[in-house]
Amino acid sequence: MTGLRDGHVVGGRTSDGVVRVPPPEFDPVTHAATTDFVGVASEGTVVSWTWVPEPVKAQPLDHPFAWALVKLDGADTAIMHAVDVASNDAIHTGMRVRIRWAAERVGAITDIACFEPADTAEHSESFSADEGSAEGVTGVITPVSLDYVYAASPEESAFFRGMAEGRILGQRCPVCRKVYVPPRGACPVDGVPTTDEVELAGSGTVTTFCIVNVPFLGQRITPPYVSAYVLLDGADIAFLHLIQGIDAHDVRMGMRVEAVWKPREEWGTTIENILHFQPNGEPDAAYETYEGHL
Amino acid sequence: MRDVAVVGFAQRQMKEFEGSPTCVELLVPIFAELFEQTGWTKSDIGFWCSGSSDYLAGRAFSFVSAVDAIGAFPPVAESHVEMDAAWALYEAWLKIQTGEVDTALVYGFGKSSAGVLRRTLALQLDPYTMTPLWPDTVSIAALQARLGLEGGHWTEKDLAAVAQRSLADAADNPYAIRSGKEGVDELLARPLYADPLHKHDCSPVTDGAAAIIIAAKDHLPTTAERPAWISGFAHSVDQADLGSRDLSGSPSARRAAISANVGGAPIDVAELHAPFSHQELILRKELGLDDSVSINPSGGALTANPMFSAGLIRIGEAAKQIWSGDAQRTLGHATSGPALQQNLVCVMEANR
Repeated sequence: MTGLRDGHVVGGRTSDGVVRVPPPEFDPVTHAATTDFVGVASEGTVVSWTWVPEPVKAQPLDHPFAWALVKLDGADTAIMHAVDVASNDAIHTGMRVRIRWAAERVGAITDIACFEPADTAEHSESFSADEGSAEGVTGVITPVSLDYVYAASPEESAFFRGMAEGRILGQRCPVCRKVYVPPRGACPVDGVPTTDEVELAGSGTVTTFCIVNVPFLGQRITPPYVSAYVLLDGADIAFLHLIQGIDAHDVRMGMRVEAVWKPREEWGTTIENILHFQPNGEPDAAYETYEGHL
Repeated sequence: MRDVAVVGFAQRQMKEFEGSPTCVELLVPIFAELFEQTGWTKSDIGFWCSGSSDYLAGRAFSFVSAVDAIGAFPPVAESHVEMDAAWALYEAWLKIQTGEVDTALVYGFGKSSAGVLRRTLALQLDPYTMTPLWPDTVSIAALQARLGLEGGHWTEKDLAAVAQRSLADAADNPYAIRSGKEGVDELLARPLYADPLHKHDCSPVTDGAAAIIIAAKDHLPTTAERPAWISGFAHSVDQADLGSRDLSGSPSARRAAISANVGGAPIDVAELHAPFSHQELILRKELGLDDSVSINPSGGALTANPMFSAGLIRIGEAAKQIWSGDAQRTLGHATSGPALQQNLVCVMEANR
């Protein structure tokens, strides 16, 4: 990766005499750490290729391109990377290609922006020899972002539709008669879907809780704040939510709380309709009433 | 070694599962079907093992949510692999070999359609030199296909013949999501999808789940009239660096076949987990399967390929061939990773 940052490709010679690019961390035969590093050319030959008419997000090029296995001169193994050519007629096995370096190099595989046909005009190499003596690259950051279409199960759908009407809907397991909220695709005791709908009150008892002191990415409330399990009246499974309206250090097990809803016009099919729970003024519940839920 | 047999198998495969990414709603009826087949209840199962991936579900610990389908209270002995459930079956088989348990239920599930599958699978590549480029699975397979074409290992016609046979056989498989009567020439005339592969050379994105019950001798369900005895079970892996591997072959598949003694006696039916046409050709060669072997009568992965259960389904389909009396000795194969990197072979026989 240091080599890439400095604008040249480094391979590793393994115990079988093979120069591998990229260099493996460990020798595939002796399992010893690779120590024999060899510089290879930034030009090479296409060993195999395929055409990508519709690139997917975060691939090296955002227009149609070819993937290829390229054997760089001086290397015995091929590296997979993109080749920027106009069409699948413009690439063939045996074609000579050259690295197009990224404008800014940081010490990552993406420092190779892509390959291009070696017969195009030479790009000027932008690095100086001095850069090669700079400190080695010790880490790589690979951002990963995946998109999903989330489908709610039938039971979750019932719950979220209830939310949009300001109702907290649970379901009863037809076998053990326990009420789950949110309802689930299968009762974890009996392995059957929960069925009969049960509307639950907005009030309940804090069974256990934690005070969040640690900041993290995407956090919406400033710590310290309280996440708690609230056992809604009539439910058999506690429900995770926030406790507000009371100093974090005064929250306690057995405390009676009620749901605080957003203004009606902001309701959607989301758990966020309930902003948080807050003390409802009732005396604390006796330990025996919730000890089975800890 | 303890004698262990496959005695139950159920599956669901579909283009798009409408339910949750944990597939818990899909697993409930599958388990019910297995209990009906065996006459057992969950208390007859000594060990549960699953194969799935949170990256497919886009949800942390999705396999824990799936445990709900078991009804895991009081607690059950349970494990999970981030591999096709065929490897979960291997773990369960080992667990029975240790003598700790006598029976196991193994399941795999995955909702491939929740994300962009060919992107999601880029996360199984080398995280330093490959994932940052997001090479997609189809493109990697296409590079492999071209190496074989230009290296003289197979022809475009060979690939089309694999697709033609698979599509035709899938017509009799109610779980297949793709089938067709087109001939080889018709298939070759179709447009290229990932040069040199056509769309019919690539397995379709498939949602689904499957489960298998295995049991040791003296612990079989009374319903098992002709159990599929596992006589050989092995898996192996090749190095991750694609450029260092000869992609036109699969040394790991060969090693697994040798360890599982595939060549010890004739194989009647082989169910091969080949998500791309040319990979079936590689596997037939590496596993030593000649033209007398019936390959993928189910239609195989080219006609439905639910991630994390398609390999287990191959073993289940191969076991069914023995249950029905149609075969004496069959083989189920599973693959995982890019370009046949990891391979598992399970040989089953009618006679113990």
